[in-house]
Amino acid sequence: MNATELIQQYQPQLIARTWEHLWLVGIAITIAAAAGIPAGILLTRRPRTERWVLGFANTVQTIPSLALFGFLIPLPLIGGIGPRSAIGALVLYALLPIVRNTYTGIKQVDPAVREAALAMGMTDAQILRMVELPLAAPTIMAGLRVATVTGVGVATIAALIGAGGLGDFIYRGLQTVNSGLILLGAVPAALMALGADFGLGQLEKRLTRT
Amino acid sequence: MSSDPPIRLRGVTYQIGNAVLVRDLSFEVRPSETVVLVGRSGAGKTTALRLINHTLMPTSGDVTVEGRRTSDWDPIQLRRRIGYVIQDVGLFPHFTVARNISLIPSLEGWDADRIGARTMELLGKVGLPTDVLARYPGQLSGGQRQRVGVARALAADPPMLLMDEPFGALDPITRAEIQREFLAIQADLGKAILFVTHDLREALLLGHRIGLMDHGRLVWMGGRDEFRSSADPNVSAFRESLE
Repeated sequence: MNATELIQQYQPQLIARTWEHLWLVGIAITIAAAAGIPAGILLTRRPRTERWVLGFANTVQTIPSLALFGFLIPLPLIGGIGPRSAIGALVLYALLPIVRNTYTGIKQVDPAVREAALAMGMTDAQILRMVELPLAAPTIMAGLRVATVTGVGVATIAALIGAGGLGDFIYRGLQTVNSGLILLGAVPAALMALGADFGLGQLEKRLTRT
Repeated sequence: MSSDPPIRLRGVTYQIGNAVLVRDLSFEVRPSETVVLVGRSGAGKTTALRLINHTLMPTSGDVTVEGRRTSDWDPIQLRRRIGYVIQDVGLFPHFTVARNISLIPSLEGWDADRIGARTMELLGKVGLPTDVLARYPGQLSGGQRQRVGVARALAADPPMLLMDEPFGALDPITRAEIQREFLAIQADLGKAILFVTHDLREALLLGHRIGLMDHGRLVWMGGRDEFRSSADPNVSAFRESLE
């Protein structure tokens, strides 16, 4: 069976799985950004928390993704079979690059610039909004890109806990020794990662041009 | 309260742990006067400046600005009354020169016409052509950046100015030029200026009074002519070390 026939045969499923995949990653990255960017900012204000938060995020990153998905299943509220656990695991994975890049992006701002801003009589909120965040934006965006691209890959494992997504094809392919089916999951996932990387890259350019 | 000097320090000590950065510092800066603090690196000059704009708080002693203790000021209001210029300038790299200069006036709610007029006035004062306004700090020379730094510090017309080795990173020719210009606008500005440098020539050129700091203490203070002729061992040692 050639590629065209394969795609034609699985077309409705392919579209559904792709949407599931996008949705899983999209929700997870949105949650991770909504939590991770403020957490990164907070770290720069409370330097003593740095070790704990970055330590936690680092530790999560070392848990094999398959195991992490498994750990979340028995948990109440976020756990269970299905997309909720998958999103929970994806969020945990995405947190580290987002928190770390927000933190380092702000820390990298030239101390003379921050000193001048403070001495001029800017409030902390003004320094953050008008100086630190704009100057840290490229680094924060790079963190989001890494988190998203990784997330697209890790989300293929979500199929194992019944969350759907392109991983579905991959596991069915593995079980039936059907490399066509594996590719049907892997190639769109790879394309999605590339597309996300490109799209966020464009967004980054637009944000940092001013 | 009208007799209170713009800046006064009385018995100010600042320490972190066991390290005493400034010890029992007392002096004042009068209206329209430029006081220059000289001394070696680590003598506590920069710390003294930071104690005045309340980015550091004294361990003991009083810092008063316009008769009010810095701890009684709202720090934001205090800092907006004190222009600040540092050696590294610290211009906002993502803002144009115009935006850098006009930031504090716009935060203070000035209207666009007033900001525009003030910006043009300042450019004239610091000797910059109007075509720099649309440029970013990265596109300027060191001397131009420092001029923008001075213009930015003066933007909202603060009655006081703190300058921390503002011309220290410039080449000798640019430095002499910008010093001459500073001298020319100094009288006209009428501000209380506290200036820090380790360049004795600069101190004698710009300062009405000179204070010599050593290991956190103010070991000598007086007029610049007295400084030239003083037989005080600290002063003569400092003079000789730079000759």
